[in-house]
Amino acid sequence: MSRQMTGAEMVIAALQDQGVEVLFGYPGGSVLPIYDEIFKQEKIRHVLVRHEQGAVHAAEGYARSTGKVGAVLVTSGPGATNAVTGLTDALLDSIPLVCITGQVPTHLIGNDAFQECDTVGITRPCTKHNWLVKRIEDLPRILHEAFHVAKSGRPGPVVIDIPKDVQFATGTYHGPKNIQHKTYRPKVKGDMDAIRHAVQMIGKAHRPIFYTGGGVINSGPHASQLLRELVKTTGFPITSTLMGLGAYPGNDEQFLGMLGMHGTLEANMAMHESDLIICVGARFDDRITGRLDAFAPHAKKIHIDIDPSSINKIIKVDVPIVGDVGHVLEDMIRVWKQTQPTIDKAALQKWWDKIAVWRGRKCLAYRASDEIIKPQYAIQRLQEAVKGKDVYFTTEVGQHQMWAAQFLKFDEPNRWMTSGGLGTMGYGIPAAVGVQMAHPGSLVIDIAGEASVMMTMQEISTAVQYRLPIKIFILNNHYMGMVRQWQELLHGGRYSESYSEALPDFVKLADAMGGVGIRCEKPSELDAAIAEMIAVKKPVIFDCVVDPAENCFPMIPSGKAHNEMLFGEAVENIGDVIDEKGKMLV
Amino acid sequence: MNTTHYPSAHIFQSPETHTLSVVVDNEPGVLARVVGLFSGRGYNIESLTVSETEHEKHLSRITIVTTGTPMVIEQIKNQLDRLVPVHRVVDLTVSGKVLARELALIKVKGKGEARVEALRLGDAFRARVVDATTESFVFEITGKSDKIDEFVGLMGPLGLVEYSRTGVAAISRGPEAS
Repeated sequence: MSRQMTGAEMVIAALQDQGVEVLFGYPGGSVLPIYDEIFKQEKIRHVLVRHEQGAVHAAEGYARSTGKVGAVLVTSGPGATNAVTGLTDALLDSIPLVCITGQVPTHLIGNDAFQECDTVGITRPCTKHNWLVKRIEDLPRILHEAFHVAKSGRPGPVVIDIPKDVQFATGTYHGPKNIQHKTYRPKVKGDMDAIRHAVQMIGKAHRPIFYTGGGVINSGPHASQLLRELVKTTGFPITSTLMGLGAYPGNDEQFLGMLGMHGTLEANMAMHESDLIICVGARFDDRITGRLDAFAPHAKKIHIDIDPSSINKIIKVDVPIVGDVGHVLEDMIRVWKQTQPTIDKAALQKWWDKIAVWRGRKCLAYRASDEIIKPQYAIQRLQEAVKGKDVYFTTEVGQHQMWAAQFLKFDEPNRWMTSGGLGTMGYGIPAAVGVQMAHPGSLVIDIAGEASVMMTMQEISTAVQYRLPIKIFILNNHYMGMVRQWQELLHGGRYSESYSEALPDFVKLADAMGGVGIRCEKPSELDAAIAEMIAVKKPVIFDCVVDPAENCFPMIPSGKAHNEMLFGEAVENIGDVIDEKGKMLV
Repeated sequence: MNTTHYPSAHIFQSPETHTLSVVVDNEPGVLARVVGLFSGRGYNIESLTVSETEHEKHLSRITIVTTGTPMVIEQIKNQLDRLVPVHRVVDLTVSGKVLARELALIKVKGKGEARVEALRLGDAFRARVVDATTESFVFEITGKSDKIDEFVGLMGPLGLVEYSRTGVAAISRGPEAS
């Protein structure tokens, strides 16, 4: 179907043809023609954010919770530069986004025009790909290509920069066609020889472990089902990265919890002592591996990843399988059924016995209190209160995020939205807005810290405007908790600039913004307050005043290996554990 | 690899020099993508040459000479390959049949015996004189990079003023396309 229309009309037509239902954006001079087209139609709902960073995070939340592509529309200059943090966040966490930016008219490009910036130059390193569209003839192709690039292969954000004169120009629009891209062809099917070899290794392993990540979630719910099938068939233990939580049920016996810097003892020790690591859609990043020369010294490694550049980047692996997790797992299960490898049950039982000992140490234990709310306790009570409910969680970044990852148990993928790779404080509120837009009837909770919340709290206003009853559950310890924790461990307890001075009264703030504020300071009142929060059908800021001194354990200090973890009880002699070299690391 | 602060197991691999041939769509920004990838991830560029090679297909060939440990070289190739406008990345060093040449223009100023010696050496290196005054020459020389290095070194004491090099252009031997 081809029609004559303006560039601005093409943008809306292409978004509609690509199935976009919600567009997060903020108007400005050089996107006015597109906003005019938004005004004239009803298929796409536009969500007016309060800052462009919020638009991108909201689209991330939307994309992460639905598996669809998130769509963003911002203006030139500051609109584009404000979006950069969100785009980088989406790139590091492989979230599919299409971000359309306005640009000054083509004849003004390069003249330092009002609200001009080199958008494609600035966003080149923080997008999967980007385009500056200088001719109306190229616009329809690029619009559809952008969606293809964003969602296929390893997903990621893309930017289309459209000068204002191109938005006004008239040309021929054509819908999405199934043409093969001339250069971009991601591989989804894994190499069968490698898969057979991997299945053989799995059959022979004595101390195996599945190490899974965000790639399983990105591959779709089907991949999570296949993962569950394979893990159940083998009877192996499984651990997950922060991004992968939910791909495997958190309450299952075989699940060892999250691994890495704040992962569980059992997960990290099992990685360290294993003889086979089956990495599924994860990327061996530094929060996971700790000290590289001591990482899983006895293990052979199988690595399934859709991105060839993830393989052998940090850790040299024995069997790389480039392909989509869903496709590869499907083939693996088929080969498994054909070849029926005999697992050494006795060895596996010994392995599980060992794991049981680590589990027995209950590494997440904390000292409970009747006087003051422990942050871990608050998350546990919250988890209890939402049991059986249709619930989605987002987080900000810091201690609260790690506690949430440790204590929340997810049964399904796409229920957990957090900023993993970039670690963006301020992610949670706008992400919750995006999630709630996609799931209007569900309970959406942002587990937050009082410092992170201050970074994007203007988006509460967005939530109020669109009647999105998001719950902002602040674990308020009056500190940038993770900064304070590192200062305590590494910098002699000199809490340089990590105290949250002059905090707002969050209850009044909620009130002023049109939401509902709840404060809770006593453990005995927590359950009732949480129940009230869930019952309210408006945006809620829940100011949960918690123990300001609590640290997040277990922890692998920087520069240490998986078997050199710190625990809550070890707090006193913690200063000695990190050497000078470790202080240099982040 | 230098991209992580953590001491890595493969840091002690010895670095190798590789010549990569990257066929890309000749579109705006494609060179910036390639160069940005190298600077952003801390890879080395020893030489970089780019020119359109197939006008009708809008293709350019970028020849990059880079150094790194085998693991880094593998990373560089994979990172280049996932750039959207990249058609293919060929490691000419691995395929083992690399033909690499460079062109240089070298300006030498001098009189008397030095001038005669420069001309004689130019002859020995098969350099052509493309500009001459009574007190200077400009030589044009092609060859492998080390031949040019050597010639430039010899011209040093004979009145070398300045020189300009094209960087390496490379292709594989034999009938097949690389």
